[in-house]
Amino acid sequence: MTVAVNPAQTGEPVFYLADEHPHPEGWSTSLGFWIYLMSDCLIFAILFATFGVLGGNYAAGPAPKDLFDLSLVAVNTSMLLLSSITYGFAMLTMQQNKIAQTQMWLAITGLFGAAFIGIELTEFAHMIHEGATPQRSAFLSAFFTLVGTHGLHVSCGLIWLVTLMVQVGKFGLIEANRRRLMCLSMFWHFLDVVWIGVFTFVYLLGVLR
Amino acid sequence: MSPDLLKLIFGRLGFDSLPLHEPIVVGTFAVVALGGAALLGGLTYFRLWGYLWREWFTTVDHKRIGIMYMILGIVMLLRGFADALMMRGQQMLAFGGSEGYLNAHHYDQVFTAHGVIMIFFVAMPLVTGLMNYVVPLQIGARDVSFPFLNNFSFWMTVGGAVLVMASLFIGEFARTGWLAYPPLSNIGYSPDVGVDYYIWALQVAGVGTTLSGINLICTIVKLRCPGMTMMKMPVFTWTSLCTNVLIVASFPVLTVVLALLSLDRYVGTNFFTNDFGGSPMMYVNLIWIWGHPEVYILVLPAFGIFSEVTSTFSGKRLFGYTSMVYATVVITILSYLVWLHHFFTMGSGASVNSFFGITTMIISIPTGAKMFNWLFTMYRGRIRYELPMMWTIAFMLTFVIGGMTGVLLAVPPADFVLHNSLFLIAHFHNVIIGGVVFGAFAGINYWFPKAFGFKLDPFWGKMSFWFWVTGFYLAFMPLYVLGLMGVTRRLRVFDDPSLQIWFVIAAIGALFIFIGILSMLMQFAVSLLKREQLKDVTGDPWNARTLEWATSSPPPDYNFAFTPVVHDNDAWWDMKRRGYQRPLTGFKPIHMPSSTGTGIILAGLATAMGFGLIWYMWWLAAVSFIGILAVGIGHTFNYHRDFDIPAEDVIRTEDARTKLLAGAK
Repeated sequence: MTVAVNPAQTGEPVFYLADEHPHPEGWSTSLGFWIYLMSDCLIFAILFATFGVLGGNYAAGPAPKDLFDLSLVAVNTSMLLLSSITYGFAMLTMQQNKIAQTQMWLAITGLFGAAFIGIELTEFAHMIHEGATPQRSAFLSAFFTLVGTHGLHVSCGLIWLVTLMVQVGKFGLIEANRRRLMCLSMFWHFLDVVWIGVFTFVYLLGVLR
Repeated sequence: MSPDLLKLIFGRLGFDSLPLHEPIVVGTFAVVALGGAALLGGLTYFRLWGYLWREWFTTVDHKRIGIMYMILGIVMLLRGFADALMMRGQQMLAFGGSEGYLNAHHYDQVFTAHGVIMIFFVAMPLVTGLMNYVVPLQIGARDVSFPFLNNFSFWMTVGGAVLVMASLFIGEFARTGWLAYPPLSNIGYSPDVGVDYYIWALQVAGVGTTLSGINLICTIVKLRCPGMTMMKMPVFTWTSLCTNVLIVASFPVLTVVLALLSLDRYVGTNFFTNDFGGSPMMYVNLIWIWGHPEVYILVLPAFGIFSEVTSTFSGKRLFGYTSMVYATVVITILSYLVWLHHFFTMGSGASVNSFFGITTMIISIPTGAKMFNWLFTMYRGRIRYELPMMWTIAFMLTFVIGGMTGVLLAVPPADFVLHNSLFLIAHFHNVIIGGVVFGAFAGINYWFPKAFGFKLDPFWGKMSFWFWVTGFYLAFMPLYVLGLMGVTRRLRVFDDPSLQIWFVIAAIGALFIFIGILSMLMQFAVSLLKREQLKDVTGDPWNARTLEWATSSPPPDYNFAFTPVVHDNDAWWDMKRRGYQRPLTGFKPIHMPSSTGTGIILAGLATAMGFGLIWYMWWLAAVSFIGILAVGIGHTFNYHRDFDIPAEDVIRTEDARTKLLAGAK
């Protein structure tokens, strides 16, 4: 094997860095967060798979056709999609270092997110009221768990969002906060993508089933 | 107090939950309580709490966290092995109308706890500990990517172990076998706390494992020193990378499947029930989609250790580095395509079974390639039979037997005969002890001088080696025979007296292993006492090849005063060969992460939350959950998490090493 010859003028091989620059803060963060998101994606994958296997087991109980109100789900979906757009605006204003506008877009994103959760809880309450509880059939167990896990993620995202707004308000758009906003951005859009899967496979295909 | 109020405060927990009617458990409790009190008293008497808190519990140094993982693994090995001895004793005695000395209630907990502890709280901490300690050193990094997360991961693993240990004295553990198949593990058939202990112990520990997987992947991908391309990474780092990819890609599955089981148990959903459309086989599929990669998670780092040891003690470059890397990657991928071989008898039909049988057999090809690579590394090498090399050779002989019985079990028709028999038990102990445990011991003997600055005592090491190896064969070869005769696993009493002799031999084998474990503890104690004689000041006691041997033993907090630059696979060997001179001047301040107590506090709260959920103490669960949120969010308000080690401190440390090295010559 050829030995890599060091380009230094002396011709001597260099075995250490005499003048070292430490990795910038957060050097691994985006990779680490991506990998975390992929592990989270796997959680959803398994829940989707479970829904795929058990989703037709109604146990003589209500089926998607009897339960899903597609127009409500459409409104709900638009809430989440709009929140992704407004988060995008928050990131754009962050790039321009405009704290007030960033905060405003974050707040709007939070409101859309909260509206999404509110509508989802209303839907759940309505279903449970009609006797379509998670205990009623394997289909409903899988439905509530998959959709509920997504909702739980959005709720965590909301807590995170509020925390970040406080931190941006307190410390400004410093490097660490920009990195955190970037991570939340990835998280938020990821939940959006997952929701598109839920909307398609659970609601749309469910009604066709 | 009114019963309602008591129930609100203590949930299901009452005086009748304490196993006072089990003399064995009471005796164990007395011993543990006395030992624990002595330990705590000693720590208090010698005023060590402050030291432990500052230097160990709150540390974010990957080396100290690695050592703490190893200690956890070894302590839990004692517990898991005590269970093994009890089982061997019971099965040896329970013949000819005898009921043995363990009732069914207790025996079922013992075999469940044995499996859970050995996999999650012995093998995993040992493997994670070695990766944590060695990987950053091998890649020339100062620490892992996320040092705080590393501390948190460790304490979550401890939290899981604490819950399992608590189940011994408060309530009971699961009686379901180590994977808790429903419907047996559902609330209808296991209404007690046992399965809940199982669920929450694994969930708490699982969070730690997943995060530590993410952490080590980032470390390996982002923090390699200049010159170390992927194909110049030491093989142990490669196998660690693959193992951590497996962890991140499989532990979420375990998290979900246990969450679904807890929903069935707590909320009354119907995922794995027999009625309302639930499917118990769904659970079996899902848990093995995690479970099969898990065995490769354990064994791949062991393969890495054997690679390092073989090339070091043969004094040769590893044969077939590239094929070794590709074999590791192929095993990583294939490990996801074989899970169904754990339940061929489910009745998936001939084509499905054939597919999984064939993929299983294919795994033996890259594994075989590795075996030949080790053999060719040894071929015409100048082999030194030090302890790590002895464990490696024992592994090569033992693992091949386990591998061949594995291929035998991969044939579906054969599996229909051998499924759930003692043949299977013998097989997986053959590969896990012969692979993972021998690997961990090779690693401990190999890297101990790096971690502590003195070698382990060879005499007691050899005692441990010979008792372990012969003990293993005595304990498990009879199980192959019994399995072929049709004896199934997890039996408590036997009718056929002709079987007894095999169980007696197996019990003797277990006793041999017991002596092996005691010898290992003796080895640690003797080495500590003789540390001056066994001292190594060079930092490179084995004339080794990779970067971790370039720094002092034990390494300074910052690992390397200057970040190394690598030109070759065997970086340190290359440096030695080309006359590397250790720099003596020009030291600069070094940027390092600060210690924090947040990890242990968060893990403590998570454990309390688990305990609350197990015993239906809802207030405790809620309070701990809010506590986790508050502490977690509070931690993010701390923006100053690093500090600089001043140049004077670096100079002092490095000068001390210069003196030591001069003294050695």
